[in-house]
Amino acid sequence: MRHIISMLMENESGALSRVAGLFSARGYNIESLTVAPTEDESLSRMTIVTSGSDNIIEQITKQLNKLVDVVKLADITEGMHIERELMLIKVKADDIDKREELKRLSDVFRGRIIDVSDTTYIIELTGTNEKLDAFIEAIQGQDIIETVRSGVSGIARGEKSLGLTV
Amino acid sequence: MELNGADIVVQFLKDEGVEYVFGYPGGSVLHIYDALFKQDDVRHILVRHEQGATHAADGYARATGKPGVCLVTSGPGATNAVTGIATAHLDSIPMVVITGQVPTAYIGSDAFQEVDSVGITRPCVKHNFLVKDVNDIAATLRKAFYIATSGRPGPVVVDIPKNTTDPNIKVPYEYPKSVEMRSYHPTDKGNARQIKKAVDLILSAKRPMLYTGGGVILSQADKQLIEFAKKLGYPVTNTLMGLGGYPGTDEQFVGMLGMHGTYEANMAMHESDVLVAIGARFDDRVTGDVKQFCPNAKIIHIDIDPSSISKNVRVDIPIVGDVKNVLNDMLKILDGAGKPDEKALSSWWNQINQWRSKDCLGFDRNSDLIKPQYVVETLYEVTGGDAYVTSDVGQHQMWAAQFYKFKSPYHWINSGGLGTMGFGLPAALGVKLAHPNADVACITGEASIQMCIQELSTALQYSLPVKVLTLNNRYMGMVRQWQEFFYESRYSHSYMEALPDFVKLAESYGHVGMRIEKPGDVEGAIREAFGMKDRLVFMDFITDKTENVYPMIAAGKAHNEMHMSPDRELS
Ligand SMILES: Cc1ncc(C[n+]2csc(CCOP(=O)(O)OP(=O)(O)O)c2C)c(N)n1
Ligand SMILES: [Mg+2]
Repeated sequence: MRHIISMLMENESGALSRVAGLFSARGYNIESLTVAPTEDESLSRMTIVTSGSDNIIEQITKQLNKLVDVVKLADITEGMHIERELMLIKVKADDIDKREELKRLSDVFRGRIIDVSDTTYIIELTGTNEKLDAFIEAIQGQDIIETVRSGVSGIARGEKSLGLTV
Repeated sequence: MELNGADIVVQFLKDEGVEYVFGYPGGSVLHIYDALFKQDDVRHILVRHEQGATHAADGYARATGKPGVCLVTSGPGATNAVTGIATAHLDSIPMVVITGQVPTAYIGSDAFQEVDSVGITRPCVKHNFLVKDVNDIAATLRKAFYIATSGRPGPVVVDIPKNTTDPNIKVPYEYPKSVEMRSYHPTDKGNARQIKKAVDLILSAKRPMLYTGGGVILSQADKQLIEFAKKLGYPVTNTLMGLGGYPGTDEQFVGMLGMHGTYEANMAMHESDVLVAIGARFDDRVTGDVKQFCPNAKIIHIDIDPSSISKNVRVDIPIVGDVKNVLNDMLKILDGAGKPDEKALSSWWNQINQWRSKDCLGFDRNSDLIKPQYVVETLYEVTGGDAYVTSDVGQHQMWAAQFYKFKSPYHWINSGGLGTMGFGLPAALGVKLAHPNADVACITGEASIQMCIQELSTALQYSLPVKVLTLNNRYMGMVRQWQEFFYESRYSHSYMEALPDFVKLAESYGHVGMRIEKPGDVEGAIREAFGMKDRLVFMDFITDKTENVYPMIAAGKAHNEMHMSPDRELS
């Protein structure tokens, strides 16, 4: 099963390598991993998308919790949550038909064309990763030059939070 | 008080109550060595190889419950320490290892003797730190000791770049009284509801088994365990790491379990209906095939580390907490909760005693050759069971575990988790420093002892008269045994050729050497050696090279699939 694990961790240089090292040393899957500082600059927030049996997920969360740099952790897939991923995709757009088709598809998916050259478009798209996959699927007929995805960020719905206080 | 970084390190160690630092100097720690030179409070023990420093500190920690402390230089000093750090990590031993590092400005430039010590040690420490500012040294060391000794203990590395110990840069120093870490709060109190549930299940057992490990020793819960076991009258088995946590001489003790555990312990595990795992972690050498592990048992697991629970074997009642606290809480409610089923218990003991009567550890006592088991047995008698015994890794380790009946914690000191050959001698030196008046024996093999033999020199320098008992079978016996059983006796590279003359070797290091070749000489030699209170005596016992360790459960087999010694099989 796919799980999204959200963590607050000390914003220390070694913290990321401890997490990455744990996943490789114990043979756990990482589908994506994102990390950035939070409003409290001593903390960073990490979102890991992983998959495995219930036993494995239980071990992953326990092992992560055991890392001294991890301040707080939640498996947000256990409750109602929102997940988003950002994708930038560069496609060939060198004739009018292609341009029109790309514009149309981009609108359908609520994407935005954020860069235009004589021969290319860059489309920006946010959504769940299924939505991003679906968009890639939809423009398969076109020439994709490059895609870059941010990895998933997730947050629990409602008042639930990973914050230190509240 | 204004101090430079080097003096802060040393003053801190003093304030932390550190008696001994095991170390080896080099460029990046020279400022710290200079600070050590100027004082007498913290004693530095100069080893002959950094691996020796880590094992000696580890032995000291295992024999006292206090953290062991090492100081090594950057680069090769740090890499040489890694084996000992990993050894401590796998056995959850509190240790703080200070590694020198190149100056901060050089980090990442492949400077002379630079390695990424934090990166290299990351997977084999409980935590590690790189100190980048002299102002952070004291607080970081305080955290290191706190992390190393609290919760599930373990080694912590503190990497200190040379410029932060610059003698000319002084900053205010005060021993940090408290340590606050928002990300680290080990749970040490067990959940009351779980404890109640566990006690009810324990009292309902018909074929109970207490399976206890190193956690009992780490949490100093031996008294509680004894009281608990005595109140219930249940059988107790110990893991290799748990020996001494329950007296090996007690009638309720059924011996060690696992790969080379006793027949009665393993059979009782297999047939049990309620298994209480106390500070033990279901290691593969203990469980054998997890699918066939205790097939009929409900399992209670007490452990301070949540990640140990249901890691290898799913348990029914997990209790996260310090073993001592949890046992105390259980003892409080035990009397009020009912009585064990006496009738069931007495037929369970009948069954166990029947298994016991197989005498699975029996060996040939009429041989013309020295049987290694006999040496350990004699050591036990001569020392009255009171010696601290360290070991290396191999057959001799298993015989030490099987035949020396440890009465109390801290006395059995071995590398159970990592299985590090070379551990025994330096560990013994650490133990002897901690307990100068006690008998300290290192039971080793002719292969293992050569991995840290250089520490004989350290022993002379600091007058550490430990006794080394080499069970010299001219083979890496444990390897030979596996080759005999599983590779049709193809003894590939397990014969120890070109052995040194250990008697002369010991003598050249300034110690006493003895070679013992006849069973009739064993007892006299051990008595003579332990009579020499102030000399290190190296005893080279020429033992039967064909002897194997029995019983044995092959890797991945079940507890009821034991190989017995050939002469036991017939009976
Ligand atoms: C550093 C290290 N290398 C290799 C091994 C694998 N190993 C386990 S036991 C053993 C043989 C030990 O021989 P010896 O010290 O003579 O003990 P014996 O089994 O003969 O009693 C070896 C090589 C190990 N445990 N540690
Ligand atoms: Mg040998």
